[in-house]
Amino acid sequence: MNDMTTTSLQQSEFKIVGTRPARPDGVDKVTGRAKFGADLYLANMLVGKVLRSPHAHARIKSIDTAKALALPGVKAVITAADFGDLPSEFIPAGEMMVNFKDMTRNVMAREKALYEGHAVAAVAATSEAIANKALKLIRVDYEVLPHVMDVVQAMEADAPLLHEDMYTINVEPRPAKPSNIAKRVEFALGDIAAGFAKADIVVEREFTTQPVHQGYIEPHACVASVSEDGQAELWCTTQGQFIVRSFCAKLLGMEVSKLRVTASEIGGGFGGKTVVYVEPLALALSRKACQPVKMVMSRVEVFQASGPTSGAKVWVKMGATRDGKITAAEAVLKYQAGAFQGSPIQPGCMCAFAPYDLENVKVVGFDIVTNRPKVAAYRAPGGPISEYGVESVVDELAQKLKLDPIELRLKNAAKEGTKAAYGPKFGPIGLVQTLEAARAHPHYKVPLKANQGRGVASGFWFNIGGETCAALNLGEDGSVTLVAGTPDIGGSRASLAMMAAEELGIALEHVRPVIGDTSALGFNFLTGGSRVTFSSGMAVIEAARDMIGQLRERAAKIWEIDLKDVTWQGGYARAVRDPAKKPLSLADLANTMGKTGGPIVGNAAINAQGAGPSLATHIVDVEVDPETGKTTVLRYTAIQDAGRAIHPSYVEGQMQGGAAQGIGWALNEEYIYDAKGHLANPGFLDYRIPVCSDLPMIDTVIVEVPNPRHPYGVRGVGETPIVPPMAAVSNAVSNATGIRFTELPLSPPRVLKAIEAKGASA
Amino acid sequence: MDYRSPGSAKEAVDMLAASGSNAHVLAGGTDLLVKIRTGMLEPQVVIDLKNIPAIRGVTADASGFRIGAATSCAELGEHSALKAAWPGVVEALRLIGSTQIQGRASLGGNLCNASPAADSVPALIAAGAICEVFGARGSRDVPVEQVVVSPGRTSLARDEFIMALRLPQPPARSGDAYLRLIPRTEMDIAVVGCGVALRLDEAGICTHARVGLGAVAPTPLLVEAGATALIGTRVDDKALAALAVATSAACKPINDKRGTVDYRVKVAGVLAQRAARNALKRAKGEKLEAQHG
Ligand SMILES: Cc1cc2nc3c(=O)[nH]c(=O)nc-3n(C[C@H](O)[C@H](O)[C@H](O)COP(=O)(O)OP(=O)(O)OC[C@H]3O[C@@H](n4cnc5c(N)ncnc54)[C@H](O)[C@@H]3O)c2cc1C
Repeated sequence: MNDMTTTSLQQSEFKIVGTRPARPDGVDKVTGRAKFGADLYLANMLVGKVLRSPHAHARIKSIDTAKALALPGVKAVITAADFGDLPSEFIPAGEMMVNFKDMTRNVMAREKALYEGHAVAAVAATSEAIANKALKLIRVDYEVLPHVMDVVQAMEADAPLLHEDMYTINVEPRPAKPSNIAKRVEFALGDIAAGFAKADIVVEREFTTQPVHQGYIEPHACVASVSEDGQAELWCTTQGQFIVRSFCAKLLGMEVSKLRVTASEIGGGFGGKTVVYVEPLALALSRKACQPVKMVMSRVEVFQASGPTSGAKVWVKMGATRDGKITAAEAVLKYQAGAFQGSPIQPGCMCAFAPYDLENVKVVGFDIVTNRPKVAAYRAPGGPISEYGVESVVDELAQKLKLDPIELRLKNAAKEGTKAAYGPKFGPIGLVQTLEAARAHPHYKVPLKANQGRGVASGFWFNIGGETCAALNLGEDGSVTLVAGTPDIGGSRASLAMMAAEELGIALEHVRPVIGDTSALGFNFLTGGSRVTFSSGMAVIEAARDMIGQLRERAAKIWEIDLKDVTWQGGYARAVRDPAKKPLSLADLANTMGKTGGPIVGNAAINAQGAGPSLATHIVDVEVDPETGKTTVLRYTAIQDAGRAIHPSYVEGQMQGGAAQGIGWALNEEYIYDAKGHLANPGFLDYRIPVCSDLPMIDTVIVEVPNPRHPYGVRGVGETPIVPPMAAVSNAVSNATGIRFTELPLSPPRVLKAIEAKGASA
Repeated sequence: MDYRSPGSAKEAVDMLAASGSNAHVLAGGTDLLVKIRTGMLEPQVVIDLKNIPAIRGVTADASGFRIGAATSCAELGEHSALKAAWPGVVEALRLIGSTQIQGRASLGGNLCNASPAADSVPALIAAGAICEVFGARGSRDVPVEQVVVSPGRTSLARDEFIMALRLPQPPARSGDAYLRLIPRTEMDIAVVGCGVALRLDEAGICTHARVGLGAVAPTPLLVEAGATALIGTRVDDKALAALAVATSAACKPINDKRGTVDYRVKVAGVLAQRAARNALKRAKGEKLEAQHG
């Protein structure tokens, strides 16, 4: 299909790739011109609001909406009855599997409300005040049921059951009774018992991690407009307009072509905007009211009802020889899925030991439902949780073996040709390079003072490719409009425009990148899996090559020579055999295209293959206040293999952002539920993501081990940076205090308690 | 909801008296407006105090400072005489929220919001601040520690509000300090907050001390036993250890999303010691070292 590797440019030939131009969306963002999810206003627009369950687990016996509907100003009221039920089937969606039976129940509770904040009904009214009043007039008759929040308790035989029809899959024989355990997965390589028999030293630990929210600043928001004949427009903040279209069309029983979805600018997603919440509700309300409906979730709703990633129990056991060769590695992972199955347990299992070249590995995982919001993807979904446990145990092994933790990792690092426990043999990968860069970094040599500690951890993420389209429309003056179908979250318009300009040989300022709506291009999978610079980049390069082919044809026609005698070089068509012919620029050919054959459009519709894993190593120094247990991050360095950094600033931005989110996960972020299953901290005041002053400048080092399956060598970089921080910080705190920590977050009370317990036992 | 903006204290009191029980006075609004927006409060009338002349600004004379109750913390933070006289009070109010929040937030609001965790209050208690309370029957003085009676409730009558807070000119060899513990470095609510003010005689013996404590009981506390632990000592390690014990003993905290009972009790003692050390340094005219977090 698209074998472009043969014509790759060499690094030295790049003119634009690797530079740091200003981003094309920058001015609109700093001036407030950029339109986000809540920024669209249409004539006759209604306000949509959701009634949410006050109970963590309750059977819905009846819903009476008559009074709400009768309130003047109320134009539509919906419940689950307004959506057709859908069968249980798992459909792959990139890094996720979706089950529409669950999805329709998650957007609107049917038989039961399964978590506090679960949508139960929605109204559309002429004002927010009327909509809020209407919500209070809806009568829901609940039968409150016992609930379960914790994975371990949820696995017990007598735990409150969320789904009466859930029988654990992948266990033989099929269980006789339903349970909260949706599935079991297992990956194994070699002989685990033999591996441990060869070990001189074995470390075994159980870790606990909390569910953490993606923490995007922009809440979910959309405007839906459905006409009397069923044609629909949807404007929303999302990581994938095509995915929103396919999900919503399925939930509403419409043809996808009837629904046009436009992705607004996005104020953060991190995986959390790969799913739908208010979008299908707004469409259903608009379909009933025949007026546009805007819905914007509040921060409280975002915390109560949108996806965090899993909290988990992670058991890890690793053995090594005295000289530091890891002989066996075993893990059992129990991931919370929230109210519906589908935690990232599979990638969690696959990543767990992926950074290492191991002969004997066994990983078993469980996917468990609890009365919490259904988890959604969050940067490297599943990876940070299992790798936190593994990287903590690797650190402890190094400590016990009296080996430098980087040295121990180098002795066992996966490299090109290593067979991963989850199946494939790796191509060229950059773990060794990141470890060597870490060891050589000045940070690694800075002396530490009292109460300070240093932590190191590595991290792995697969990255993905997938269905992608791109178009390059040549303007009559020689400028180019680039249309991509993947929302720009991390600076991808800049990177894609740079690749187009590089390939066409024109100045970057002549390429204007825009994100097309679902009618502008063929299907695109979403912005996720670190795939955009890789996949949309590949599509853009292919579209540019398609355009170059057409430009050469036009030049051949003008010159009346053979196509094979025309080359495209440095932005010009050149007649190879006749240097006297004045080369034709892109603008020359654009000016005359009407006469030489009509409009010129470069197109690509690909299924991008060959995504390359990205590996990273992070170093962090912390100081722990021995009297208050409070941890201060003093210095942080993130080192990562980018394959090729198209726009290095945006690669660094990803590395810094992932590190910042990981530090929050490590130190303070947690959901606090009371005994009734009510969330006590649904806001950024008490759900503590790091603020600016909490962090030092995060230093970055980009390592480039080109991905041979991408024309420019690109790997994804967006997810790997959130993998190492939890273990790096935890290892640093452990080294500062002399106490091995196994539970997140490392909040001041938890750390102080451990310090006092150590003092008491000493 | 009605918005009113009286131009005099008398007018404000009349409006309060005339409005039903669901009237709220407004200063910076950084507590009140948040509560209205989240639906916690649905006031019938909001009475903005900021146009009352004497409620904003700082005046200083030989007897001390008069701080208008609705003066913004940003303005107070830049008042060099106040900073020099009461560095602990100023460092406490400078911790409120962020630069943006301090552009609006006031001491009257911080106090009358009646949160046990308000940052300026323990420092004001330690400093011995007096509130000028204005009402239908005229003006009365109330020590700051007597204003908050329970979470969200004050001792003020429905038609009263605070016009100003008064602080004395500190005598020679005085110092005050405030410290709080939050899991982050800003934009957070104190898990524990502690203010200490003290005075030394020429021989370096502590002759006067006050300890204010926040976030460890239903109201901010004046810890008299803490003061007793310091008075008559050189504020040495032994006195500081006694201060920590007394401070921890005064705590009546709850377990909540911001901290556990054990943690708060322990850290209250730690912060009291550290604040007392800082206050001592200031009383001796020494500089404080920069601290992180
Ligand atoms: C993002 C954010 C961060 C914050 N961080 C902190 C923090 O770190 N530390 C902290 O302590 N607080 C913090 N706060 C809370 C708030 O900013 C402070 O309590 C502030 O001092 C309140 O002052 P204000 O003038 O805005 O009060 P307002 O909101 O105007 O009033 C608060 C309450 O006091 C009453 N009131 C106001 N003035 C008077 C008066 N003169 N007489 C009688 N009653 C009066 C009002 O009726 C209301 O009930 C934060 C708030 C926000 C939004």
